[in-house]
Amino acid sequence: MADSPVAVAHGPELRHHFADVEQQRDAASLGMWLFLVTEIMFFGGMFCAYLVYRYWYFGDFGAASKTLDIRLGATNTAVLICSSLTVVLAVWAAQNGKRKMLITNLVLTIVLGLTFLGIKAVEYAEKFEKHHVPGATFHFEGTVPGHPDLPANANHAEMFFSLYFALTGLHALHMIIGIGLFSVLTVLAWKGHYTPRYYTPIENAGLYWHFVDIVWIYLFPLLYLIDRH
Amino acid sequence: MSSLIFTLILVFAAKYRKRHGHQAEQIEGSTPLEIVWSVIPLCVFIVIFVWGAVIYFHERTPPRGAAEVYVVAKQWMWKLQHQEGQREINELHVPVGRDVKLIMTSQDVIHSFFVPAFRIKQDVLPGRYTTVWFRATKPGVYHLFCAEYCGTQHSGMIGWVTVMEPAQYQAWLSGGGATGSLASTGQAIFEQLGCSTCHRSDVQGRGPNLVGLFGKKVQLEDGRMVTADENYVRESILVPGAKVVSGFKPIMPVFQGLVSEDQLAALVEYVKSLNAPAGAGGTKVQESKVH
Amino acid sequence: MATAVITPERENYLNQEYGIKSWLLTTDHKRIALLYLLSITFFFFIGGFFALLIRLELLTPAGDLVHADTYNKLFTMHGMVMVFFFLIPVVPAVLGNFLVPIMIGAKDLAFPRINLLSWYLYMIGGALILHCMLTGGVDTGWTFYTPFSTAFTNTKIIEAGLAAFVAGFSSIFTGLNFIVTIHRMRAPGMTWSRQPLFIWAMYATSVIMILGTPVVAVTIVLVAVERLFHLGIFDPNLGGDPLLFQHLFWFYSHPAVYIMILPSMGVINEIITCFSRKRIFGYNFVAMSSIGIAVLGFLVWAHHMFVAGISLYSALVFSALSYLVAVPSAIKVFNWTATMFKGNISFTTPMLYAFGFLGLFTMGGLTGLFLAALGVDVHVTDTYFVVAHFHYIMVGGVLMGYLGGIHFWWPKISGRMYPEAWGRLSALIIFIGFNLTFFPQFILGYMGMPRRYWQYPAEFQVLNVLSTAGSTVLGVGYLLPMVYLLWSMRYGKPATDNPWNAAGLEWKTSSPPPTFNFDQTPVVDFEAYDYEHIKEAEEVPVG
Repeated sequence: MADSPVAVAHGPELRHHFADVEQQRDAASLGMWLFLVTEIMFFGGMFCAYLVYRYWYFGDFGAASKTLDIRLGATNTAVLICSSLTVVLAVWAAQNGKRKMLITNLVLTIVLGLTFLGIKAVEYAEKFEKHHVPGATFHFEGTVPGHPDLPANANHAEMFFSLYFALTGLHALHMIIGIGLFSVLTVLAWKGHYTPRYYTPIENAGLYWHFVDIVWIYLFPLLYLIDRH
Repeated sequence: MSSLIFTLILVFAAKYRKRHGHQAEQIEGSTPLEIVWSVIPLCVFIVIFVWGAVIYFHERTPPRGAAEVYVVAKQWMWKLQHQEGQREINELHVPVGRDVKLIMTSQDVIHSFFVPAFRIKQDVLPGRYTTVWFRATKPGVYHLFCAEYCGTQHSGMIGWVTVMEPAQYQAWLSGGGATGSLASTGQAIFEQLGCSTCHRSDVQGRGPNLVGLFGKKVQLEDGRMVTADENYVRESILVPGAKVVSGFKPIMPVFQGLVSEDQLAALVEYVKSLNAPAGAGGTKVQESKVH
Repeated sequence: MATAVITPERENYLNQEYGIKSWLLTTDHKRIALLYLLSITFFFFIGGFFALLIRLELLTPAGDLVHADTYNKLFTMHGMVMVFFFLIPVVPAVLGNFLVPIMIGAKDLAFPRINLLSWYLYMIGGALILHCMLTGGVDTGWTFYTPFSTAFTNTKIIEAGLAAFVAGFSSIFTGLNFIVTIHRMRAPGMTWSRQPLFIWAMYATSVIMILGTPVVAVTIVLVAVERLFHLGIFDPNLGGDPLLFQHLFWFYSHPAVYIMILPSMGVINEIITCFSRKRIFGYNFVAMSSIGIAVLGFLVWAHHMFVAGISLYSALVFSALSYLVAVPSAIKVFNWTATMFKGNISFTTPMLYAFGFLGLFTMGGLTGLFLAALGVDVHVTDTYFVVAHFHYIMVGGVLMGYLGGIHFWWPKISGRMYPEAWGRLSALIIFIGFNLTFFPQFILGYMGMPRRYWQYPAEFQVLNVLSTAGSTVLGVGYLLPMVYLLWSMRYGKPATDNPWNAAGLEWKTSSPPPTFNFDQTPVVDFEAYDYEHIKEAEEVPVG
């Protein structure tokens, strides 16, 4: 079907229902932001559940939280912040046509993401060994921080761990999806798909990755830093 | 309001129907009119809201001195225990003209105690007590329904509330196979489970003195102040570590899984009876001896 | 408006390409709308079939048609299918998908491939729910309250939950698509205030879809993990709180009902203006009321929990806010009535559905005011009063609006006129059947008949029989359009570009439209509902 009266020269990236590249880019960007809003609501529901129980069972949650390894958690936080840096550098590289730098940073992001997941796996394994995984094998003994004579309620501690695994599990799932996304982008970047004219997927994947990072920035203090002295 | 709208719609439909030569008149709108028909309904709504809220407030505030009946809901029946000791299943006998307060919990899923004739309904939850109260004004027999879907026999979890003249009610009370008042049953359980070892009323025991406790404010270890109501007593038995009283050690054993809801009701009633005999309640406790 | 003569060879979105692949891999929003039309109609009849069985059982007080467990599964599956697979998607995915791009002068939605993905997600969710039903179903009620759903039932909660979860993402992506499209793809000159109000309604609906649906999705996840790993998030024995589930559930499920009604309200705007030959009365107020409903709708969820054990003060707040959210809906009803004032009204099938909508939605909405009153709610909540209330809005409102819209845009979608006499007859049958089915239920509820009851005391029988009788009439009413709309696709009179002489960009292109909607990108220099400048047909066209 005939388009607008003047045929504008454009690359293959322009999809025909858009009038021009700017409109396409704007639409893609707005779409990704809206998707991130839905992700905020998605995590938000779980955060809500966590906050309710943390308020009610603060002492027991503190006891459970103490058993998390704060050094691993902090390392992971640093890893993710670095990965957000590599993402920013990747987007900049794409904007400025620096293909090698783009690919390097995409790969670095993936490596850092995998590092995060690896450290998470170590933490999960430790929880498994200590029987802190909720379910039939759950067993917890501890005291409320600041009250050495007050034993923590095991049911409430199990609640903490249920929400810990649910929240970090959901987060890890999003990381895996992100790593998958970036792998695809790395391949396409290597094939030269991204130019200063068209790097929208890099930008939008970057937004997604920043979001996953921010979720962790909230999770870390909420889960690891309850009532530490 | 709806009849006004319906009338207008019908009138307009007839009056402004399409006819040869008839033209529509384009009207963009009228901000004053919009404001009027937003504000007037809003005012009406506020009136209705206040009216409904006042009724609700009254409904959710049981009066002092109400007779109390403990209700345990389970799939798929209602178990009721009078303070005097009577137990009923799917039936509730009450005297006319008396305030009655129901203290309810569920053994399993959420149920809902619904007596349409009394305009009362309250969900009955596992893990805590909820309350509802009424004063029956006419003798008779009235439907009792479960109003929160609870499984296979949800529609079979029904019964009757029988409202009797006071004399008949007294007769009914003494005619049953009651084994002593609910409070005395509670006292027996209290001793049987060893509660009296730590909760002494003569000397300071390892646990707080329960005499005169019910209904008072309690200071907890962590500084919070809570009221010692039914839920507090119940939780203190099942999960003692949740609210440790200031000045005491968290050494009370956990009774979750070791006491049934029926027993809990008796224990709560017993603790209530430890308030001064002339205190709030006006309940007919046959034995209110303080240990 | 010149009416073009249609030659049979003219290329449009229907005949541009043939073959099953061209449909299953299409990215054309109009074809996707038809894919949805087929699948949603299928699920509507499944949900309707369950309703029929429910009403048959309720003919007699005793439980004598099916076993209690079966009955419990029937009303659960009726609710789940109707809510997640009919009411939420129907107007957005069928009419919205078809019309949103055309109404704003765009060639397609912003993300056509995501649009197709939305349909596949719907189908996957649908397949899951079908499989779930065929292998035992669920018996928790569509509201699957805990701890019953987490610890006391052996039915297929996780599969049903997964079906709703997947369908939820279909919803989210549709909403996302609409928002981006409306923001970024309007034709030159199509300012926000020149848009048809249907677009405003779809926009508000989409905002609710993307904000609310993820919350119910994560709630389903929590229920699933609780079942799988025997956790205690909602189990009081393990320190959990069953009311937390209710808060999380209703946080979505209340705005969900606005997802259902807003699009139908949007349709009504288009129909009433066209068949009164008038611009809408109070455009800005109607547009803003859609946004108002979307925002306020998120603030009232606990009015489903007045007797659930929430605090007195919570209840007061939510009751007050519920009255507030009624105001924008009232504004709309007044504006529609005022639009008819001094109009030139014709009683076509779409207009009959609009009349039905006005009456029934008003009744449903007013009974909502009863429910928002705390004192009254205690008596009527969890009874048939609530059932009647929401069916008045869902069937009397959403479904009437949808059917009106289907008839109104049928010439555009199919290129054919439907038979007008049959259309009017069906509208009448549906209206009568509907009232006969659901009005008695208000009375039943007030008398005290609880909902979700397989058996009931004998004094409720007469009203139940009336209700069942009505439901058979209603069923006939639904079957008729199926038949004659299908018939019209082959034998209906070919439609002109603008058989109704209606305003709106969709009527400026052919019926059916070409694949990219317009031969040339339209430039908009006229206001919405420009009936002043549209020549009226002397006769209403009939098929």
